[in-house]
Amino acid sequence: MEYYLGIAQTIGIHALLGWSAYVLLLTGQLSLAQVGFFAIGAYVSAILTTMFGFHIVPALMVGALLGGFFAMLVGFPALRVKGLMLVVATIAFTQFVSLFFFNVHWRREVDGVMAGPDSTQGFREIRFYAANGWDTLDVTLFIWLFVLLVMVGLWWLDRSRAGAVLRAVGADDLAAQSSGINLTVAKVTAMTAGGVIAGLAGGLYAHSATYVDHLTFSVLLATFAIAYPIIGGIHNVLGTLAATIFIQGILIEGLRFLGDWRNILFGLLIILVMNLKPNGIMDARTMRAIKRIFAGGKTADSK
Amino acid sequence: MLTVGDVFTSYGMIKALNGVTLSASEGEITCLLGPNGAGKTTLMFTIAGILRAQAGSIKFDGQSIERLSAAKVVEAGIALVPENRLVFPTMSVEENLEAGAFIRVAKDRAGVDDDIERMYMRFPVLKERREQMAGTLSGGEQQMLALARALMSRPRILLMDEPSVGLAPLIVEDIFQIIRDVNADGMTILLVEQNANMALSVADKFYLLEHGRVTFEGAPGELEQDEVIRRAYLGTE
Repeated sequence: MEYYLGIAQTIGIHALLGWSAYVLLLTGQLSLAQVGFFAIGAYVSAILTTMFGFHIVPALMVGALLGGFFAMLVGFPALRVKGLMLVVATIAFTQFVSLFFFNVHWRREVDGVMAGPDSTQGFREIRFYAANGWDTLDVTLFIWLFVLLVMVGLWWLDRSRAGAVLRAVGADDLAAQSSGINLTVAKVTAMTAGGVIAGLAGGLYAHSATYVDHLTFSVLLATFAIAYPIIGGIHNVLGTLAATIFIQGILIEGLRFLGDWRNILFGLLIILVMNLKPNGIMDARTMRAIKRIFAGGKTADSK
Repeated sequence: MLTVGDVFTSYGMIKALNGVTLSASEGEITCLLGPNGAGKTTLMFTIAGILRAQAGSIKFDGQSIERLSAAKVVEAGIALVPENRLVFPTMSVEENLEAGAFIRVAKDRAGVDDDIERMYMRFPVLKERREQMAGTLSGGEQQMLALARALMSRPRILLMDEPSVGLAPLIVEDIFQIIRDVNADGMTILLVEQNANMALSVADKFYLLEHGRVTFEGAPGELEQDEVIRRAYLGTE
């Protein structure tokens, strides 16, 4: 059971990370900086709980807000670059953040023990959950509470005018501009929202892993972050969740019994999915099929 | 109504506009003809605030707009129908129309809904396809949608960049009929075209743009048709 709850936690955290990239993809921006914001959220919230005795909820909020703040800062210069140049610039940001935390040594004594990030040794003993007697189920539910909140929030955004604006910018920024949409506002807002979600995910990650170091925040993780919304499709928010479950739940955990063959099959399955579902797992067609099943169920009930 | 005074715009080192001066009067269709690379689209983008002029003035109803952002230019009452139509392909026809009314939809929901209905009356084919993805429309339908979307911002002047490009001759006739109709309802139009014959058939006044400069201005008929066409396609020299 613990094992499955652990997977559920990973899926929840990765889905949040995927959604942080999803918001940007709506505006047509491909960002590998999400892991940088994730790292900021992780370190900041863990510093607050371990070194300053914060409760986890305000600590997560501060981490998320700082993630959003840095995303906004990255957002302005990022407006000037597009496509591959944006990818490179955002990789640089993630590397910068990761190397920054690699060098942070800031320890302080709390209840007779030293706590805080210890540069190359990483940041150990992020023990808020254990210290407060939360068991694995509590933690999993706590994470999924945020997953649901963000999912509902994004679902609502997608349906609102703001979502239409973001999609318009993503579809064609020239046409969006000539419709009176302010590109700067739209893109920086999306960047900031993505940073908030990534920062939140980072805080949740640090506390459930209890240990983070700079290697956690790799370009590989950044690639996963954009892979979820791309494989899931940006037709709607469920795609990212479906892709996270597919990759983390099925490909990584479900195929563990295959040993070394897993990695080969992993790549193969991703290629297969991208060919069969070029617009994502949850594309318009899948959604129609799902709606049909539900509608079919209803008519059967009414008989 | 719209006056462009001695405008210079460049892309890095390359000068695209070398002091363009022209004006569009209220209620008229003003055409801008010229060969490829003459700077027609650059001028449209500069007026629309997408590109910045290095020098010169752009006045709309006496108000200077050359420093305004693209979004503010739309608010001032200028709408651009970009070249190649550029509808939002993954959004439905109706969503495209709503996007065009972006600047006022929060304040005036009812007015926007009325305008959408009005667009459906003017363009019945869009009504038939209201739920359809804009990317799946035919070229002519996309051009109508792009035009309708621009009208949704309730502009006082419409900038149209090559509405005929890539369309079959019969469809081009339709589009120009629509342009005449929109103008007959009082809309001021600045039209960029390569199709000189069609453009001259609707224009009240036209300009020839060559190498980033206006080389002729007058009413259709003031310059011999053959001469216009030669210079519109090939330029002088």
